[in-house]
Amino acid sequence: MDFTLTDEHRMVQYMVREFAQREVAPIIKEYDRKQDMAPFILPRMAELGILGISLPVRYGGQGMDYIALGLACEELEAVDSTLRVIMSVHFGLNSMALLQWGTEAQKEKFLAPQARGEKIACLGLTESGAGSDVAAIASTAKKDGEKYILNGEKMWISLATKGDHALIVARTNPDAPDPHDGLSAFILEMDRDGVTTGDIHGKLGVRAGSTGWIAFQDVEIPLENRLGEEGEGFKIAMSCLDNGRYTVAAGATGLIRASMEASIKYAHERQAFGREIGKFQLVQQKIAHMVQSYESARLLYLRAGWMKNEGMRNTRETSLAKWFATDASFEAASEAIQIHGAYGYSDEYEVERYLRNAKGGVIYEGTSEIHQLMQAGYALEYREDVPLRCELPAYDAESWQIEK
Amino acid sequence: MKIVVCVKQVPDTAAKVVVENGQVTWGDAPLVINPWDEYAVETALLQEEEHGGEVTVISVGGEDAKEALKHALAMGCGNAILVSDPSLKNADSLVTSQVLAAAIQKIGDVDVVFFGKQAIDGDVGVTAAQTARVLGWPSLTLVSEITELDPGSKTISVERSVEEGRQVVSGQLPAVVSVVKDIGEPRYPSFMGIRKASRAEIPMWSIAEVGVEVSEPVVEWPDLFNPPKQEVVTEIVSGGSPQETAETLAEKIIEEKVL
Amino acid sequence: MADKVWVYIDQFDGEAIPSSWELFGAASKLANEMGGGVTAVVAGADVQQVAELAVHYGADQVYVCNDETLKEFRAEPYASVLSGLASEQQPEVILFPTTSRGRELAAMVAVDLKTGVLPDVTNLEIQDGKVLATRPVYGGKLISKVVCNAQPQLITLRGRAFSPPAADSTKTGQVDPVAASVAEDEIKTKVSGYTESQKGVSLNDAAVIVSGGRGVSNNPSLEPPAGLDESEVEIWRAQEGFKLVGELASVLNAAVGASRAAVDAGYILYEHQVGQTGKVVSPDLYIACGISGAIQHQAGMRTSKVIVAINKDPEAPIFKMARFGVVGDLFEILPPLTESLKARLNS
Repeated sequence: MDFTLTDEHRMVQYMVREFAQREVAPIIKEYDRKQDMAPFILPRMAELGILGISLPVRYGGQGMDYIALGLACEELEAVDSTLRVIMSVHFGLNSMALLQWGTEAQKEKFLAPQARGEKIACLGLTESGAGSDVAAIASTAKKDGEKYILNGEKMWISLATKGDHALIVARTNPDAPDPHDGLSAFILEMDRDGVTTGDIHGKLGVRAGSTGWIAFQDVEIPLENRLGEEGEGFKIAMSCLDNGRYTVAAGATGLIRASMEASIKYAHERQAFGREIGKFQLVQQKIAHMVQSYESARLLYLRAGWMKNEGMRNTRETSLAKWFATDASFEAASEAIQIHGAYGYSDEYEVERYLRNAKGGVIYEGTSEIHQLMQAGYALEYREDVPLRCELPAYDAESWQIEK
Repeated sequence: MKIVVCVKQVPDTAAKVVVENGQVTWGDAPLVINPWDEYAVETALLQEEEHGGEVTVISVGGEDAKEALKHALAMGCGNAILVSDPSLKNADSLVTSQVLAAAIQKIGDVDVVFFGKQAIDGDVGVTAAQTARVLGWPSLTLVSEITELDPGSKTISVERSVEEGRQVVSGQLPAVVSVVKDIGEPRYPSFMGIRKASRAEIPMWSIAEVGVEVSEPVVEWPDLFNPPKQEVVTEIVSGGSPQETAETLAEKIIEEKVL
Repeated sequence: MADKVWVYIDQFDGEAIPSSWELFGAASKLANEMGGGVTAVVAGADVQQVAELAVHYGADQVYVCNDETLKEFRAEPYASVLSGLASEQQPEVILFPTTSRGRELAAMVAVDLKTGVLPDVTNLEIQDGKVLATRPVYGGKLISKVVCNAQPQLITLRGRAFSPPAADSTKTGQVDPVAASVAEDEIKTKVSGYTESQKGVSLNDAAVIVSGGRGVSNNPSLEPPAGLDESEVEIWRAQEGFKLVGELASVLNAAVGASRAAVDAGYILYEHQVGQTGKVVSPDLYIACGISGAIQHQAGMRTSKVIVAINKDPEAPIFKMARFGVVGDLFEILPPLTESLKARLNS
């Protein structure tokens, strides 16, 4: 067992940190207030290769492993959750699904431009009436000769208005005995006729990000845009979540770190009753909890990343990492505000944004409640993972570097 | 065009550096490439992009100096060399510049050598000029812009950032150039560079391999200590209005008799 | 017999850089202990009057090199003049001012004479017959004592760390001309002039510095001109803010400084940056406006005699090192402060 990061990992960490701290940290407050994504973010992340970090070079990626992806997410969310959301959606939920389930032709046509950041990708799973209950999806895809006709509306979709490609889960068989088996997944180019999108404002957090809706009316998509087999939509969606949740777990770890670092700094600066407030035991207790949360969350996501590298099924471990880290990040941000007192309550300091952003993480990609059900299900042996037709490829240091 | 960049490994600028039992320590703060040297690497890479050729990065130091070299490789430098020798443990700037000059000669046919303005640990800031002097090449220090560099005619024109403004200087190549911040923001390491750097085997040259006879170090540091804590009692000046506050502050400043 | 203690007088355009005179106080102290007088060296195209002034400041002997090749400073021919003289006369110590020229010259002479350079020194003492120099390292986070075991010991003194003696026009000394040693066609560089000359007082010499940070752009009450994009508006606001900083500076005959954040954001040229990766300054009065005081900035100004901080954030670290602090908006405080100081200084 080796707990040290490799040179490669440390350099990735440094590089992503420099980007986030130098370029995004100074402007994030302003865009959070404006409820808008700074226009340079996506092109810059594309240019730096972050949008294709852990994909084989032959698919336009940077050939890093899954640990590097986690480290990058931690660094991004330590500055702002919206940066990590981009990685969760574009990379974790969409691009990794194409890597796992896509045909060579689909990888060539859709994955490669996504990896290079030329095309931005998102996932259209949730609907206004279907959140945790994925089987309640009402969008339909009717087969019509060599094409499908897509109708319906997706809600709470990150990057809905920024995306060029969306992975859409829709019902292809309304008569399936188990409604889960009636779903299929499709790669939708957002410029097809009948696709409309919009942003949702007034969110509590992730305000400098883009969250919206996608509606389709009689949108035609060719057969070759279907990802996986007909009826595999639910399985694909769940595997998307295994990957998206990993990025959320790693990111939430960064949010804990940011809360902890802000609290430590303030505990040294702020004086009360004639000494710095770090000297008070109740403040110390809060900081001790943050340290505990940070270190535990980090170990959990790194283990999940390691399992991905090895090609091991990690649904259980990833769910645990996501549940723990997001709950702990909300707690850490809340206590960071408490340490900052009234200042923490105002947007003069960063910590109030951390709290608003942290709340999203305990809701999206499986609420904390869903993860508790999953963990209990595994423990009680009500639940077990069956092998998938397509597993996420293990990391292979050699073959991932080969150019096409 | 053959370009050399000289870099040094130093504690991070944000590190809390203190002396404990006569030894400098910086806690668990990371060692990083000297921030000034990142500008030198950037300059070298820009020149390489414009004129072709290759960039070799050199450092003189212990095994840990490989970190700085790897950073430069990850930014895009083609080769790295570490000159390391037990006899260099107490090297002063003169010794360092003799070693660097010899290594540059050994690399051979070098057109231009880039340095950062100074290293943020010793803050000595003379190595570039000394290396130029040892080599007998023009020394163009504190350069804020390279206005022209022509490997064909072997000429270089630069602007130097000195107290009186920007001095416009031209010179012949090969030359030694030290750069300041205005030269341009250094790029981040690229993922491709990171992969290459993390797998790179960095050759180590000993003094014998460099083939140089160095002087005995003449500068010694008999004592190193934390600066005495300045006890500043801060007085917060306030008033009913900004006007009133300003008046009070002005009076207090005058009372200090520093104007 | 030649003097053991020498000073090198830095000049620009035929005028001595003021910090050169600060060397003479330190030099005569050393000469008292080591024996002998003080010899000064000055080089340039037309620097006879600088040589004569050096006598007034306490030089017993002055070597003056007037040569067309030395009209603009180039380290190589200057170093050859000084190295030639020093290897002939064997001084034990040569003091330089810590200017860009002084530092580079000392560096090259050290190579020629196989000796060491101790730059940016803040204190000198004699111990066991050797000069022990004090200099800050790690951006002022540590102080080191250094010695140089070879001769001459080349030491550059930090500006304003030593006081200049009063000039005395009744003093006399010997002024000896020396010849330049490198011909123009052997010099590999040419200086063709200066593109933008620094306006106002240089940071190094300034007794007072007024600095601006990121806060100078933070004046929402200003209405920017139409047609600017967001980043242009920010720069415009910052320039308006720096105008206030500049107005106070001009009343105090002060230099304008800036934090790294302000320079990085493009508000002002790098030449103004104070801090670990900028200039290290030590004025009598340092007024920080809208600067939070990151550790890197502190490294550049912590030895200032009196620090005044004006910042909206009461928790800004700059207040910890300030003698006087104002928690408030610099846009409201600076104009009346400038007026009030102007009135008091004129009365």
